[in-house]
Formats: sequence, C-alpha cells, structure tokens
Amino acid sequence: MTWATRRRLHVDRTASAWLIRRFVDRRARFLFVDDPDEIPEDAIAFDVKGAELSHRDGNCSFETILDRYGLDDPALRALGQIVHEADIGDERFDVPEAAGLDVIVRGLGLAALDDDELIRLTDRLFDGLYAYYSG
Amino acid sequence: MQDWVLLAYRLPREPSTPRIALWRRLRRLGAAQLGDGLVALPADDRTREQLEWLAGEVEESGGEATVWLAQPATAAQGRALADRMRSATAADYQAVAEAAGLGGDQRRRNRLRRSLRAIRSRDYFSAQERIGAERAVEALTEGVHV
Repeated sequence: MTWATRRRLHVDRTASAWLIRRFVDRRARFLFVDDPDEIPEDAIAFDVKGAELSHRDGNCSFETILDRYGLDDPALRALGQIVHEADIGDERFDVPEAAGLDVIVRGLGLAALDDDELIRLTDRLFDGLYAYYSG
Repeated sequence: MQDWVLLAYRLPREPSTPRIALWRRLRRLGAAQLGDGLVALPADDRTREQLEWLAGEVEESGGEATVWLAQPATAAQGRALADRMRSATAADYQAVAEAAGLGGDQRRRNRLRRSLRAIRSRDYFSAQERIGAERAVEALTEGVHV
C-alpha cells in the first residue's frame, strides 16, 4: 500500500511511518505531499487533518494508529505516550523523554537531505526506543 | 516581514468544556488574541500545524474554524504584535524569577524548571527576562544539598 502524509515530517509522522512499516504493512511505501489535496485516492492518508488515521479525541496520530490496528503492546503504548507529549505537549503523560525526542527528531530533520532520508534515520531511532521499552 | 498564522474560530457557547480546552491550548502556545475568535502566532511549521489541529478539534466540537497565513499591512502592526507577545512572556519569566527568589526545596526547583521550559516553548521573540529567570532558578539549585 501507499501511505501518504504532509511533507517536512516531525515526530508524530516519523513515528507513525515507523509504526506502519513495522507493525501494519511491511511493504508500505510512503508519499509526502505539500497539500493534502495531492493525496491519490488509493493511498492511505495519515496525520492529515480530516483523515481517519490522524489526531482524534485529543490523541496524536501515532496513538490513533495503535487503536485502529489493535496494537496492544506495552512498549508501543510507552512510545505512544512519548510521541504524544513530544507532539502535543499537553502534559497528559509524565514522560520527560519527550523533550529529548522532540529535539533529536528536529535535529535529524535539519541534517537529513529529505523526508525519505529522515525516515531511514528515524526508523533506526524508533527501533532502538522500541527495543529499550520492550526490555 | 514576519509571516503569521491565524486561527479564526467560532464555538457554541455550550457546552463550555471545548471552549476551556481550546483556551488552555492557545494559552500554552502563547497565541495572541487579535479579536473575538481570532488568534495569531508567528508562522512556522510547528505553529501552523498546531493551529490546524486545533481547527480540527473546534470542528469536532460542532464549531467552525479556518487557518490563514497572513502578513500585517504595515510593519508597525507586526512589530506591535511581536512586542505584545514578548511582554507577555517577559511577565511570565519575571513571575518565575520572583517565585525562585522566595527560595525552596528541590521539588520546588524542579517545578520552576518545568515552568521555564513551558515559557521558553512560547517565547517566539526572545524576551530578555529569560536569562534572569534561568539564573534565579539555578541559584536555587546551588542552595540545594543532595
């Protein structure tokens, strides 16, 4: 499947792309657009206003994807809390890691050539975080 | 000239919960109220995205909301708005500095550090009072024996 979202990814979209490829669709291909209107009919939109896989009921898109696909892994839930605070920062969860993750993903975004390179980097980052919280 | 991102919204008067939730989120972002149901933030990827999500939440609560990218018609208007926002964060920093001046334990220091982090995230125009507030909170740390 092709999964589409807005260009210039940050923490919620990089984490969601990782989650989709590792736990929802192993063969996922990603498309990044400037305007949500450019998303083709046959692609699945995520973290785009109005899409099903987006911010819902105060949750970030990563949490919405966890719910939608019934991913009930405690390590993924822990990651969801961190992504939530890094993205929304409404202090629903007490996770000081969020501030660090926010800065790291912003920095990788500046260092990476484009969004494709960025998700290659952040895929390894989230692999590492997942391994840590699974331990 | 500085670009701005505006959120124009209308929410039903009742229930009041979504109004209060929106107000809190706008306050955390440090948005400037331009008028009834119209707020502004300096435009960047993050502020634009945050206002787009808030617009979505307003619609989910049965209201109407649109997000605009804008420039003030005169540079003076833009400066005045930036000054207003800078003064607001300056006052927040000063309140933290005063609270730190009263002394306190480690828990209190951690709470003030958290307050500073929240203010820094909405300090778009670099209020000078930041330095004094940070010094005051860290001076508190030096008095803490661990």
